[in-house]
Amino acid sequence: MEKRFADLRSEGRAGLLPFITAGDPDLATSAAILKSLPGAGADVIELGMPFSDPMADGPAVQASSQRSLKAGTKLRDVLSMVGEFRKSDQATPIVLMGYFNPIYSYGVEPFIADAVAAGVDGLIIVDLPPEEDADFCIPAITAGLHFIRLAAPTTDKNRLPQVLANTSGFLYYVSITGITGTASPDMDAVSTQVARLRNSTDLPIAVGFGIKTPAQAEVVAGFADGVAVGSAIVNEIAANLDAKGKAKKGLVEKVSTLVQGLADGVRAAATSTRRAS
Amino acid sequence: MSEANTFRSGPDEAGHFGIFGGRYVAETLMPLVLEVEKAYREASKDADFQAEIDYYFRDYVGRPSPLYFAERLTRHFDGAKIYFKRDELNHTGAHKINNCIGQILLARRMGKTRIIAETGAGQHGVATATVAALFDLPCIVYMGKTDIERQTPNVFRMKLLGAEVVPVTSGSATLKDAMNEALRDWVANVDDTYYIIGTAAGPHPYPEMVRDFQSIIGREAREQMLQREGRLPDQLVACIGGGSNAIGLFHPFLDDSNVAMTGVEAAGHGLETGQHAASLAAGRPGVLHGNRTYLLQDDDGQITEAHSISAGLDYPGIGPEHSWLKESGRVEYASVTDADALDAFQLCSRLEGIIPALEPSHALAHVARIAPDLPKDHIILMNLCGRGDKDIFTVAEALGVKI
Repeated sequence: MEKRFADLRSEGRAGLLPFITAGDPDLATSAAILKSLPGAGADVIELGMPFSDPMADGPAVQASSQRSLKAGTKLRDVLSMVGEFRKSDQATPIVLMGYFNPIYSYGVEPFIADAVAAGVDGLIIVDLPPEEDADFCIPAITAGLHFIRLAAPTTDKNRLPQVLANTSGFLYYVSITGITGTASPDMDAVSTQVARLRNSTDLPIAVGFGIKTPAQAEVVAGFADGVAVGSAIVNEIAANLDAKGKAKKGLVEKVSTLVQGLADGVRAAATSTRRAS
Repeated sequence: MSEANTFRSGPDEAGHFGIFGGRYVAETLMPLVLEVEKAYREASKDADFQAEIDYYFRDYVGRPSPLYFAERLTRHFDGAKIYFKRDELNHTGAHKINNCIGQILLARRMGKTRIIAETGAGQHGVATATVAALFDLPCIVYMGKTDIERQTPNVFRMKLLGAEVVPVTSGSATLKDAMNEALRDWVANVDDTYYIIGTAAGPHPYPEMVRDFQSIIGREAREQMLQREGRLPDQLVACIGGGSNAIGLFHPFLDDSNVAMTGVEAAGHGLETGQHAASLAAGRPGVLHGNRTYLLQDDDGQITEAHSISAGLDYPGIGPEHSWLKESGRVEYASVTDADALDAFQLCSRLEGIIPALEPSHALAHVARIAPDLPKDHIILMNLCGRGDKDIFTVAEALGVKI
């Protein structure tokens, strides 16, 4: 992960962090999408672990989680999918993103061991704030996994040091007060916030929640180190399912094309905004 | 903590009751949850805040609720002496209003101008809509689409009171999904909105705060029983969904070692069928809705659906303090099926002229099970936490009667 962000820095551009839910719409299709992402321009992959009650996510990601669970995805399948991906790609960092209960149910120690063995690089566990670090964050870091924390517009300067304390890999800035994939961020405000965060940390800063188009990706790539896109991608998956919820022919290519567009947006920033600043 | 000489000192500063409780929420919500805690700490030390609560409890809710000797039921069971704490006589017909008065006064103190809530059966939604009307604050109630269909009278009540009822279609479209949706609203409207959680669960400080507001039940009952019988009861019985009426009754008695306590969960069609809401009897510890507690979940940690004929008990989790009280052994937990609750519902209506809600009918069914074998001087105090008017359609349908 450090290498990836260092490489991006020397290339003078931000990275694209696409999100998909593992097992959406089924394990085989999802594995094919995962495999296609680096070629489409993904720099770091966020792989969702499906959960029945994703409180911080909007309708698109929640629907994606439900499709995956309906297809029978288990947490061990998510880890196997990463292991399989690692056979052909050792370079693209994978961050597992989800909620704590499935991990707690799997067992914290076994999960960490299996995640390390599968080749997982980092974790974003939405419902584990610094107040509950002892549960999972500390053992995960000890095992060499990155624990990526979310900072929100509501995270004030008094709280920020606590949020940063056990954060590694990168910091994920939530660009809106809201759930994933709903409101569009106010880019000036986000840019100001990212600049503020840079005073407190040397970690790369990725921005997500609400970024949907290549144009938005380009703007964010002008001031952030990473651009996270989730709902737009899982919506593309949803749009390419038949009446029974099965993948239509060409789904993987459609998703790939969408991600390519976003990657082009991110890269366009390198030649315009970034150079100017 | 488990070996402590008091059971009333929890939670600790981080909101834990043993391993249960805590603050498992997204970062966007964390500052708000901390703000609620700070405001509640300050308010609890403020005599004016307490006086305000007392005023509304007395003149608006109608407290204290009576302690009633259920003489005909006592004779019927021919065993223990049965008392009801009659929180069904409160304004709006259940104990839920105790919590709503406390929380809306806190919301006002915090300068919040918009109220949100989740509801299952609609009782908490009605209580929230009621206090929002009283204090002229806009109120949004999230309610599962499935629940809206089976609780139409309460939906209409909320609308009459000026609340907006938002149907939740995600997930299983019941209480847990309504709570997810309320949390989502809160994340998106952090500046002006206060979330009135309806039970003694959720992220710290909610379990503690809701318990404190509901503890008026136990404090009154303790005093009333001492006046009436000159001693404390031998046993307390209360039904448990999230567990706020039970913890409200139990908490003031927790250090009275001679007082036994039983929380009664909903066994639905029977624990063996998998269709029930008994998280303590058949669930295991997990993390949901901001706290660690016993949850109904599958082998992979996905939350499963609860079932109970009583919509108020139909929740796959339980307040964290109950999880702790179970593990510490201080409180015993039992469960009662839909069928037994229906019998108790009818028995109470006929013998006492009180139509109880389906929720406390579960508690009464447990009383019916134990009372006959207990000595005549054994005193059982049961919390009759809600009245059954809201349930007549459900009961009629269950009994095969068309109304």
